[in-house]
Amino acid sequence: MTSSPTIPPKIRIRDLCKSFGAKTVLDDVSLDIPAGTSFVIIGSSGSGKSVLLRCLLGLMTPDSGLIEFDGENILNVSAKRQKDVQHRIGMLFQNAALFDSLPVWENVTFGLLARKLIPYRQARAHACTLLAQVGLDSAVADLYPAELSGGMQKRVGLARAIATKPDILFFDEPTTGLDPLTGAVIDDLIVDCVKKNGSTALAITHDMASAQRIGDEAAMLYQGRLIWQGPAASLMESGNAYVDQFTHGRSQGPIPIEGCHSQA
Amino acid sequence: MINSVTNLITNLGRATLALIHETGAIALFAFVGFSHIVRPPFYPRIFLSSFLETGFFSLPVVALTALFSGGVIALQSYTGFSQYHAQSAIAGIVTLTVTRELGPVLAGLMVTGRVGASIAAQIGTMRVTDQIDALSTLSTNPMKYLVAPRLLAAIIALPLLVIIADILGVAGGFMVAVFKLGFSPTAYITATLNSLTQKDVTIGLVKAAVFGFLIALMGCYQGYTSKNGAEGVGSATTAAVVTASILLLTLDYLITDLFFSY
Repeated sequence: MTSSPTIPPKIRIRDLCKSFGAKTVLDDVSLDIPAGTSFVIIGSSGSGKSVLLRCLLGLMTPDSGLIEFDGENILNVSAKRQKDVQHRIGMLFQNAALFDSLPVWENVTFGLLARKLIPYRQARAHACTLLAQVGLDSAVADLYPAELSGGMQKRVGLARAIATKPDILFFDEPTTGLDPLTGAVIDDLIVDCVKKNGSTALAITHDMASAQRIGDEAAMLYQGRLIWQGPAASLMESGNAYVDQFTHGRSQGPIPIEGCHSQA
Repeated sequence: MINSVTNLITNLGRATLALIHETGAIALFAFVGFSHIVRPPFYPRIFLSSFLETGFFSLPVVALTALFSGGVIALQSYTGFSQYHAQSAIAGIVTLTVTRELGPVLAGLMVTGRVGASIAAQIGTMRVTDQIDALSTLSTNPMKYLVAPRLLAAIIALPLLVIIADILGVAGGFMVAVFKLGFSPTAYITATLNSLTQKDVTIGLVKAAVFGFLIALMGCYQGYTSKNGAEGVGSATTAAVVTASILLLTLDYLITDLFFSY
């Protein structure tokens, strides 16, 4: 993907490498995500998707390479600047990662309260507004995460992610563990929130329906390498043997599957 | 033969390096956690909840343990000392044993089992369910939010628990001595007050603060570094209790040796 030489892409990744011992998890990954784009990365388990996301979130340091947000290398900044960079990010974790000990409204406004963007006494009312944006009733605000269904937890996680109006949103397997109908609703909410906030989004998933619903652009990671990139709409007929095997869920193809005979 | 010796040396070296690495990691974790106690932002609600959990809710188990232990010391001392007509020393023995050793050690071990395990399980679950990563992405330092308040709460709560354990331990000895062994209440109280020294109580409280820090530290460290899902959380909980108990007893000896050896 190319972008204008004068305006840097919102997210630029160059030659990113990460290994754990002898195992290379990310191998020279390079990627540009222009502002306002919803980008989806697909790949099987262990392909390096989550590690890439953790590097982008600043939760893991890559061995080498470059990550830039709006042209600023976020791997080489002061701790204070790193905090400022983190303020621009919203994240929906795979299992929502809601704080068990806090009620829903405190979960939703956690980032706002941590940065003192709203007073504590107004937090509950603000949480109800955010919950309404993700289709949840204000009665949910006083419940605890353990009292919610998987779909409701994802909605609360989404409300928490967009609460601070971040300009970059990350989604880790947003539909994992949900039935297809709830998954579709979550995807629609994600698209809606991204468009309303004007954010740039990056989602990692292996749910093809979700990838096509969320994404404008898509790429596939295989054994730590980016092996394909193109419009998300063309995922099902990419012309790449690896992508085709993965998106159609075929046991035969260049990707070896345990217990099956691979065929290039 | 040479191969087995080489393997033995290799394994020994590997274990030593792992131990040094772990010790260094715990020391660094302790330093960072402690440094966040004095640097804002502070989380008074988390501190208060940890303080109640460590101090208030541990009170029944610590109180009962101290009460019965004081009684047992009085009973056992009587059995031995009566052979030498030295029953009058029982009040002193109970007071000295409880304030110097049993108060801090028993309270420490009880809190290790109750609170150290709970801290490790809570933080471990947060680790394996990405809640700690979520804290980082929400502009909150997990060391400041999760670790510092728990360390401070335990450092303050343990000495308070030990004061209560000391009082109840001595009271347990008094009850057994007076109601079972037929001692005069006035004579027993006088002997207790005569043998009670400020140094014994103070050092017992210093021990308690050190044990509190140690219990919370091991709970937080084991939970924070746990991995591999539910099994990992279970292992972290066990490790927190075992390491804190061993370190507690080791430090108890070292502090006693430092202050009471002649």
